[in-house]
Amino acid sequence: MGLETKQLSTLHEHASYDVADFAVPAGREEEWRFTPLRRLRDLHKGVAAAGKVIVEVSAAPEVTVETVGRDDERVGKAYVPSDRVSAQAYASFAHATVVSVPKEVVATEPTVLTLRGEGGVAYGHTTVVLEPFAQATVVLDHIGSAAYADNVEFVVGDGASLTVFSLQNWAPDAVHLSHQHAKLGRDARFKSFTVSLGGDVVRIAPSVAYDAPGGDAELYGLYFVDGGQHLEHRLLVDHTQPNCRSRVDYRGALQDEDAHAVWIGDVIIRAEAEGTDTYELNRNLVLTDGTRVDSVPNLEILTGEVAGAGHASASGRLDDQHLFYLQARGIPYDTARRMVVRGFLGQLVDKIDVPQLKERVMAAIDEEIDR
Amino acid sequence: MATLEIRDLHVSVEDKEILRGVDLSVKAGETHAIMGPNGSGKSTLAYAIAGHPKYTVTSGEVLLDGESVLDMAVDERARAGLFLAMQYPVEVPGVSVSNFLRTAVTAVRGEAPKLREFSKEMRSAMAELQIDPAFAQRNLNEGFSGGEKKRHEILQLEMLKPKVAVLDETDSGLDIDALKIVSEGVNRFRSGGETGVLLITHYTRILRYVKPDFVHVFAAGRVVEEGGPELAELLENEGYERFTKAGASA
Repeated sequence: MGLETKQLSTLHEHASYDVADFAVPAGREEEWRFTPLRRLRDLHKGVAAAGKVIVEVSAAPEVTVETVGRDDERVGKAYVPSDRVSAQAYASFAHATVVSVPKEVVATEPTVLTLRGEGGVAYGHTTVVLEPFAQATVVLDHIGSAAYADNVEFVVGDGASLTVFSLQNWAPDAVHLSHQHAKLGRDARFKSFTVSLGGDVVRIAPSVAYDAPGGDAELYGLYFVDGGQHLEHRLLVDHTQPNCRSRVDYRGALQDEDAHAVWIGDVIIRAEAEGTDTYELNRNLVLTDGTRVDSVPNLEILTGEVAGAGHASASGRLDDQHLFYLQARGIPYDTARRMVVRGFLGQLVDKIDVPQLKERVMAAIDEEIDR
Repeated sequence: MATLEIRDLHVSVEDKEILRGVDLSVKAGETHAIMGPNGSGKSTLAYAIAGHPKYTVTSGEVLLDGESVLDMAVDERARAGLFLAMQYPVEVPGVSVSNFLRTAVTAVRGEAPKLREFSKEMRSAMAELQIDPAFAQRNLNEGFSGGEKKRHEILQLEMLKPKVAVLDETDSGLDIDALKIVSEGVNRFRSGGETGVLLITHYTRILRYVKPDFVHVFAAGRVVEEGGPELAELLENEGYERFTKAGASA
């Protein structure tokens, strides 16, 4: 693949399909400084694929899911890798999964891809294409054990509407580094729920680019970090077109020694992106001592004509006043604590408008809280 | 028959002594009003009884039916039969009123009420307090007006049916209609004659609707004068000035 380098803002300097265009990270680089490289099982050093991640498919009747080779023309068109591991995944995957929804077709049920790790290092690629005015819900459910690096492309055509769930329900030893990029056509709608619960190191980088005016992206994230876990989410919303909207709301809870959450929220509003309306938010609930949160919102505004732009980040302990109030009504401490944590995360779960997924996500979070 | 007995209670907040020896006894069927100027320690008494961690009891006793509550956790005190209607009820994001009430009722009664019966009971209690049934699905106190919060405190009081209720300035910030609704709720609660009420207030207004049997005047962390309902009338006319001076010199 040829070199394809383009200048982004100071936040995102280059993109390329070629692994050689990215140095092996040493740990001090801005985009790697929070990530425990020692625990990546050499995914950043070009380790060969020796394991497997099996893709099991349960598709809506209106939706086509295919396994294709590297040369399929739909693959790799929407996204150019922007870091070493992403480029490695792009260079190394053997087969890609392509999900497609024809023009004006409305999928009647969610299409679920279960990505089951069967141990070892694996690379993957998934492309989801919604033709104009199509509507669909796609679930990427990651389970089992693996050291897995992949790229996911979401191509949302003009007037199309895509809801995506990326569920990280990995086994405790799994490592997962993923770029999940959405390219939005005119008046396209994209909504994603990223739910990271299991795994040793999980680093998900959801990004959004607008191809035409009128796009609307809502990126929601939920994570529950247990002792020793590293769960990292790096978001980039690049407003290059006028009159687009974006909302980012990520919430997490942390408990026990060396639980580490990282949230990076980059939003760029380019000079030509007049009338942009954006807000990004990250909140963390710290349940015990010994945890660490790095939460960094970056909002770069290059135009004077925005409709709205804001960001917020807050990390704090459980509110004693909440607990006192519930306990003063006879509710035991453990139950009160559970209610407050569940309430904090549940407000995002309430935004899920697919009933069976809403129940599933809430049940998974309940299981984490009760653990 | 319920009795709340407070003996020589001393309470500090961050090493500063706020209550300096309070003696008070509330028996079933009695309503005691505690009145006093700002900063006299009225709310401290309420929070100390409920067990708020910020308030340290340095000496004295609080007994409910002869049993000390000071060694009990906050939730144990509530299950033992104490209730504090808060002056500033906190907003709890993501926890609905109905979920909260059902969890609290389950904890206090020791068993989960049947869902249908609970819903019926809650709806009827809400109707008495003129609370829109839609509030059941709203997050607890979130976006409630001051009056709505106070009505929900009384809703909890009526559903949890404690032995002794401490009402911490439940009347503050209420317009006259809300005050009447809230007072009727308190009167329903005490109508059986088996419960005690400790009503903390700065103003005499609520005492026209919730008639006290005893009035205690608080100043500088202790009771400086006691009497019947007529003492409230006196305070209405004279204000607290006399007591703030007395308290300062005590």
